[in-house]
Order: sequence, then structure tokens, then C-alpha cells
Amino acid sequence: MTIRFGASAHRLWAMILKEFIQMRRDRLTFAMMVGIPLIQLILFGFAINSDPRHLPMAVLDSDRGPFGRALVASMQTSRYFDLVRFVASEDEADALLAEGKVQFVVSIPVDFSRRVARGERPALLVEADATDPAATLGALGALETMARTALDRDLTGSLAGLKASAPPFELRIHRRYNQEADTQYNVVPGLMGVVLTMTLVIMTALAVTRERERGTMENLLVMPLRPIEVMLGKIAPYVVVGYIQVAVIVITARLVFAVPIVGSLWLLTLTSVVFIAANLAIGFTFSTVAKNQTQAMQLSFFFFLPSILLSGFMFPFRGMPLWAQYLGEILPLTHFLRVVRGIMLKGNGPGEIAAEVAALAVILLVVSVVAVRRYRQTLD
Amino acid sequence: MTAAAPAIAVEGLSKSFGGRTVVDALSLTVPAGKIMGFLGPNGSGKTTTIRLLCGLLTPDSGRGTCLGLDILTQSPEIRRQIGYMTQKFSFYEDLSIVENLDFVSRVFDLADRKRKVAATLERLGLADRRDQLAGQLSGGWKQRLALAACILHEPRLLLLDEPTAGVDPKARREFWEQIHALAADGLTVLVSTHYMDEAERCHEIAYLAYGRLLARGTVAEVIAAAGLTTFTAQDSGTGAMRIADLARALAGLPGLDLVAPFGSALHVGGGDAALLRHSLAPFLANPDFVWREDAPTLEDVFIHLMGRSTDNFAGGAR
Ligand SMILES: Nc1ncnc2c1ncn2[C@@H]1O[C@H](COP(=O)(O)OP(=O)(O)O)[C@@H](O)[C@H]1O
Ligand SMILES: [Mg+2]
Repeated sequence: MTIRFGASAHRLWAMILKEFIQMRRDRLTFAMMVGIPLIQLILFGFAINSDPRHLPMAVLDSDRGPFGRALVASMQTSRYFDLVRFVASEDEADALLAEGKVQFVVSIPVDFSRRVARGERPALLVEADATDPAATLGALGALETMARTALDRDLTGSLAGLKASAPPFELRIHRRYNQEADTQYNVVPGLMGVVLTMTLVIMTALAVTRERERGTMENLLVMPLRPIEVMLGKIAPYVVVGYIQVAVIVITARLVFAVPIVGSLWLLTLTSVVFIAANLAIGFTFSTVAKNQTQAMQLSFFFFLPSILLSGFMFPFRGMPLWAQYLGEILPLTHFLRVVRGIMLKGNGPGEIAAEVAALAVILLVVSVVAVRRYRQTLD
Repeated sequence: MTAAAPAIAVEGLSKSFGGRTVVDALSLTVPAGKIMGFLGPNGSGKTTTIRLLCGLLTPDSGRGTCLGLDILTQSPEIRRQIGYMTQKFSFYEDLSIVENLDFVSRVFDLADRKRKVAATLERLGLADRRDQLAGQLSGGWKQRLALAACILHEPRLLLLDEPTAGVDPKARREFWEQIHALAADGLTVLVSTHYMDEAERCHEIAYLAYGRLLARGTVAEVIAAAGLTTFTAQDSGTGAMRIADLARALAGLPGLDLVAPFGSALHVGGGDAALLRHSLAPFLANPDFVWREDAPTLEDVFIHLMGRSTDNFAGGAR
């Protein structure tokens, strides 16, 4: 008999089975689980693919040599860049960038042409306003391919040997305002965290309030179920839902939008469970606070908003005021974004993401304790 | 616990919500193996009392035992041994009958689970409908499902909260046959109801109004204890006065605690026989009506008790 001690497997199993059957019968929820990630991804996916052209550019030409001019000319012919003006100083360039008048500043260093001719591969600095990474990265991608061939026409005679082997100069790209957003695909892994946060919190927040509203809670309470069993029973089926969503997103991202997955999918799968569970526990806590389903929805949205705004999904995390960063640190999405971006885009291994996963685990633990303590075993 | 020990024994149980006392120093004993009817007007605290008994609510004061277990400290053990059928249907409408019973049987970790579920389905005549969704059942079938789910784990005490409200007469009768069959197997049943015919099917009744226990005993005992004198007036069809006129004329006279028309007859009564006769004297002589003194019914007693307690309540609280 396990009246007093811990969770018992058969009672937990009873809850899980019941939840699964109910979930299967609830077509709308089922459609929501697969539909929401797909719709979101496709909407954002088009934003990624929009590949904007004619982005304003300023040029700081300290060389005034032929190769610099040739380079700027071929940048314009690519139609990605529109030369707005030549600037005389770095300060002037910075100001233009800060005001958003230009998206790029190309700095051609002193002696650029001469050093190219000598085969010294001088550095060409391109500063990009990466606030909206999707907007700039098409252009930067084009620039990198261009770097190999831009000077081909001018490299004639004795210089012909510099062609093709390697770019005749080194392209150095500085992203301003958004150092973390180092790839155009940043948004896809981010979206995974956002979709999971939104759907999972709402689903569990509703799961318990629904029992209360339909009057089935009284029965659940009078049966020998422990709070931890009810909670785990309600959460477990949605872990599966969370994984379905992860799979939908990863597969669509890979097949439709060709987002590269650099790191290990296994590691991603393993770490996702902590994040999924944390969100479900938060939803469960909401459902112990909310009196009805409307309140549960409101609480979920109230949580969703800062998650989107302060996690680094919408705005670069390090660009936020310090208080907002502190607030962001207690949101599971913040940590998951670092994990998922790290794994998918930078190829991070277990060591590099351990701290973030630990933070998620702490959030999960604290929220679970609150949830179980808040769960009332009486109707008082 | 010996066989003679009561199934329920509570003393001085009180519960208030937001300063309003809903159950007021209630003491109640239910003998083991009996069917105890729990009666009282809406809002008199029946549901609250039942919830106090199974530990769903914590009493403000008072103490007691259910099946020999302390209601304050041992409610988890109590809950394993009782079947509580809530006033509002509280099983899952999006699960079928058998899925609901499977859920309950798993939660209780019943040995020989499958066989017990099948036997219970059979016993309550639910086998043919086992795969119907609970939400699609009519009131009577829903109540059967609820009863099935409550007895699945073979409890020793059943707490049924208005189990037959809104159920048709045939289904009601069948439901009561089930209850009697269960009592014959040795279960104790506490069942709340508004129906007089159901009250009379109970071994004993307890009448609650405004949170206070006003009467307790067998039906005959409760009627006798009320000390009511009642008359029935039949329209003789000769005079000008009709029954409705008589009712109007009698209303508010001293000693008349109840005046109730029944078809073409008028039923009147009061707790003070002398005062009642005195007030009725002029009408008893009226040839427009045929008067007959008769035995008070249970309903008379309840209406009388309720009227009296309203006065107490209005004078006492607030
Ligand atoms: N949880 C609660 N909070 C506040 N008031 C309640 C609560 N439960 C019951 N009541 C009030 O207590 C009174 C008695 O209710 P109840 O026990 O349901 O009566 P009955 O079952 O006899 O109709 C009612 O007036 C009801 O409104
Ligand atoms: Mg009630």
C-alpha cells in the first residue's frame, strides 16, 4: 500500500492513460499541437527568405585606389547594396549606422590596392547593423561570394596568379548591435522555444482548470490520488506533444528552409525535455491559481509576453537594459534559446550548454515545488 | 471496530463560508448497514456536511469518525473506503463508460481489475452501453455510471448526494432497488434527497435546515415527534365558498402552520392542537366543506419544521 509515500506507478499510469484518451478525443487541441508550429514556421520562414536588396551603404575610402573603387562598383551591381555616400571619418560612419541611415559601412584601409597587388590579402572591414539579422544576411552572404571574384577583372597580367586561389583580400564582417545573431537562421531555433512556450503552458494551464470547471475535480480529489501523481499525469502526455512539435519544427526547418543543424540532434532531444517539463510545470502552477479557463488563458499570455520580449528572441539579449536581462534570466525560454541556438547553429557540445541546462533544471524544480504545494487536496 | 459501531459518528460539526454558518454544530450518528436519508431544503448544508465527512472540506470545529477513522486526521484512509457520488456528475464526459470505470479501477489499484469492472457493468446493467461516451448518456444512465464508479472499489460506506435529482420515475425506482441491494450486502448508505417517497424508502432519516439537524429517526418517529395535528377539507359542492377562498381566509390565522391545497382538497395543520382547533372552529361548522382530521404526512412535518426554523434563523443570525 502506498497511501502516504511518494507517487505510485499504477495511479500515475491511470492519470496518464486518461489524459491520453481525452487528448485524442479533443480534435482542436490536436490540430493546435501540429498546426501552430507549422504556421509559425512558415510565416517566419518567408520572412527569412525575403532576401531584401538595395540596402543603404556608406563607404569610408582611406585608400582611394583602383581596387577599392572596383569593389564598391561591383557591390552596387550586385543590387544588394546602394551606395548612399562616401564618408570622411569613422565617427561619421558610426553616426550613420546608429541612426539607421545606412545598414552597412565598408571601410577600405590605407594602401588597400597596393597590398592587394602585393598579394598580402589586406583586411576589408564591413560593419553591418545586425538588429534584424534576416535583413542583412542575404547581402552579407552575397558579399562573401563576391569577394572571390570582385577584383578578377582588375587582376590582370602579373597579378592574374592571385585569382581564384583565395580571395585577394580578407573580408572582416563586424556585426553591430546584435553580436549573437550570427546567422540568418537564428529565428528558426528561436521559434522552437517560442512555440513550445506558448502551446505547452496554455495546454497544462487549461488541463486542471477544465477539471475544476466541469466538476470532475471533486471526484479526482476524493480518489486516492496524490498531487504529484495528478501533476505528473497531466504533464507526461504533453511532453510527447512537445516532442511532436520539436520534430515538426526541426523537419520543416531542415527540409523546407534548409536550416543547417550543426550540432547533435540527440543532445537537442535530451535537453529539450527539461525545457518542455519546465513550461508544463509553469502551466500547471497557473492552473492551480486560476479560477476558470479564462483566467488560465490570461495568466498564460501574461507569461508569454515577457518570454518573447525579454528572452533574446525578439531583441538581442545583451542589448537590453540590465534589469530586463535579470528578468530574462528567470525565464526558461532565455536559457533554451541559448541551448538550441548553440546546438543547432554553433555545434555546441554538452560542456558548452551545461550551465544553461542547469538553469532550466533549477527553474523546473522551483516551479514544481510551488505547483505541488499550491495544489489543494480539499475544496476549502 | 465492532459490528455494532456506527458507520458515521460526528459531533458539533460546524463550517462557515465567509462568516456565514452553513453547517451549525451538527451531530449525527449513522448505524452501520443502514440507509440513512438526508433531507432538507436547498442550501441547508447537506452537500457541505457530506464533504466534511470525506475530508473534502475541513470543519471549523467539531470532531467525529467515519468507519471508525478520524475525519480530521485520517481522511486519506477514509476516502479509500467510501464511495462518494457528487451532486453534479463528476466523471469524464469525453470518456466512455468502460474507460471511466477503468480509470477508477486503476487509481484504486484493484486486484483482478478487469473482472471487477465487467462485474460492475453487469450488475448495473451498463454492459450493453459500455463503449458509449458518458456525455451522451441520459440523466438516469449517467447516475448509474456514477454509482458503478463509486462501488467499484467495494467501499463500506456510500455517500450519495441527490443521486436521483432530475431522473425519471422508472430510473429512480431502479436506482433505489440498487441501493437496497447494496445495503443488503452490508453497505451503509447516506443519501440526500428531496423526494418524500425516497425518504420513506430509508431506514432512518435526518432532516437538516439552515445547517441544523432538526429531526432524526424512522419516518414514523419523525412524524410522531413533530406533534402535528392536521385536517383535510373537501369541497362539498353545495355552498358558494370554494377551496381557494378557504385557503385565502385561513392564511395567517394563529395556530395554522401549514395550509396546502392538494387537488380539490385543502390540507391544514399546526403544532399547537388547541390553538389550531380554536382558529378553525368557524370553518369546521361551514357546510360548504367536509372536514376530516387525519394523520400528518412526512411532507407536512418538513414544511412545518422548515417554517419554524426560518423564524429561528431570522431571529438568531445576522
Ligand atoms: N465553497 C463554498 N463557498 C461559499 N459558500 C458555499 C460553498 N459551498 C456551499 N456554500 C453555501 O453553503 C450553503 C449550503 O450549501 P450546500 O451544502 O450545498 O447545501 P445543500 O446541499 O443542502 O443544498 C449554500 O448557501 C451555499 O451557497
Ligand atoms: Mg447539495
